[in-house]
Amino acid sequence: MAYTLPQLAYSYDALEPHIDARTMEIHHTRHHQAYIDKLNAAIGGTEWEAKPVEEVVAGVAQVSDTIKTAVRNHGGGHANHSLFWTVMGPGKGGEPSGELAQAIQADLGGFDAFREKFTAAALGRFGSGWAWLSLDSGGRLVVEDTPNQNSPLMHGHTPILGIDVWEHAYYLKYQYRRADYVAAFYHVIDWDAVLERYRRAKG
Amino acid sequence: MSFQLPELPYGLGGLVPFLSEEQMQYHYGKHHAAYFTKLNALVAGKAEADLSLRQLVLQSSGAVFNNAAQAWNHTFFWNGMAPGAGGDPGGALREAINRDFGSFDAFRKAFSDAAVGLFGSGWTWLACDGQGKLEILALSNADTPLKQGKEPLLTLDVWEHAYYIDYRNERPRYVEGFWGVVNWEAVARNYASATGAS
Repeated sequence: MAYTLPQLAYSYDALEPHIDARTMEIHHTRHHQAYIDKLNAAIGGTEWEAKPVEEVVAGVAQVSDTIKTAVRNHGGGHANHSLFWTVMGPGKGGEPSGELAQAIQADLGGFDAFREKFTAAALGRFGSGWAWLSLDSGGRLVVEDTPNQNSPLMHGHTPILGIDVWEHAYYLKYQYRRADYVAAFYHVIDWDAVLERYRRAKG
Repeated sequence: MSFQLPELPYGLGGLVPFLSEEQMQYHYGKHHAAYFTKLNALVAGKAEADLSLRQLVLQSSGAVFNNAAQAWNHTFFWNGMAPGAGGDPGGALREAINRDFGSFDAFRKAFSDAAVGLFGSGWTWLACDGQGKLEILALSNADTPLKQGKEPLLTLDVWEHAYYIDYRNERPRYVEGFWGVVNWEAVARNYASATGAS
């Protein structure tokens, strides 16, 4: 079973003006699709091909050396983008609620402290990569960043929110102004979806 | 002393149609300039500010290295291209390419493959060691052959910001276009200088 491009739950222009329609379409149909195509080419015919991509990515240390780089880069690319689309939505933003808000308070010192850490991680990642809100192996929330398409799943963490800071994620609208893109991202975060991921990760 | 953004060796539209004026305005006027601004802020009032940019690249790490190397790499990149250039090299450089890669076509394919295959942000380099032996290196982010004791001869920026306005996700087309503007005279001078032939 080959991986296929997941449908978005909203239209390409739904996140305007924060993320523009042209960027969304190219990002989804070209960049994300390319990761899927290359992942399929690499792991088709192996024992990994029928597994959920998150499981493949989390198993990067176990896969054979011949496909390890492809799993890290293209498996990571597929998993990361699949999460990214689902933690954004039109008319979202605001702040988290419920037990996620409590955990952010307990583990990160509150929403403002989270936002400061997450923004710093997104701006401080030099080159291509991602910033994340993840659960560590002990179930505590952490803000972290990864290079390229590396996923927190690769070191035993569970990402529940991520922002893509590859230049392709923002270049057509924001060019060199990554800080403006990161600030805009807070207007489209779907905190209900993040809460749902938090609950699933906590089991 | 602060580090200064050098002037481009040609106009912003000098590399059309390979790179549009808009692409160059952002790349040179914003990205390259910003590395100088950030570098100067990082080294203000420190002894590092009195080094040459090349020396600072050689001995720094972390954020200072990232910004110093990006400042140096971009200047080197601009100088390796020229309006109406392209073609292929002659002389000692051509002989070395034939010796180390088999042929110019084989070199060109290996360099293009390295540029297309570099995952994430970075630079593809033609460099040589102290004996003049040529090597292609695909290095991430700001990394440079200088850190390995090798002399850069030619480079291609494959950060997405280098081509996204003109080529979007199509890095292979950008890499192909690069061959039309490579300034082989400059590359040959770099090689002569690196091998003590100049």
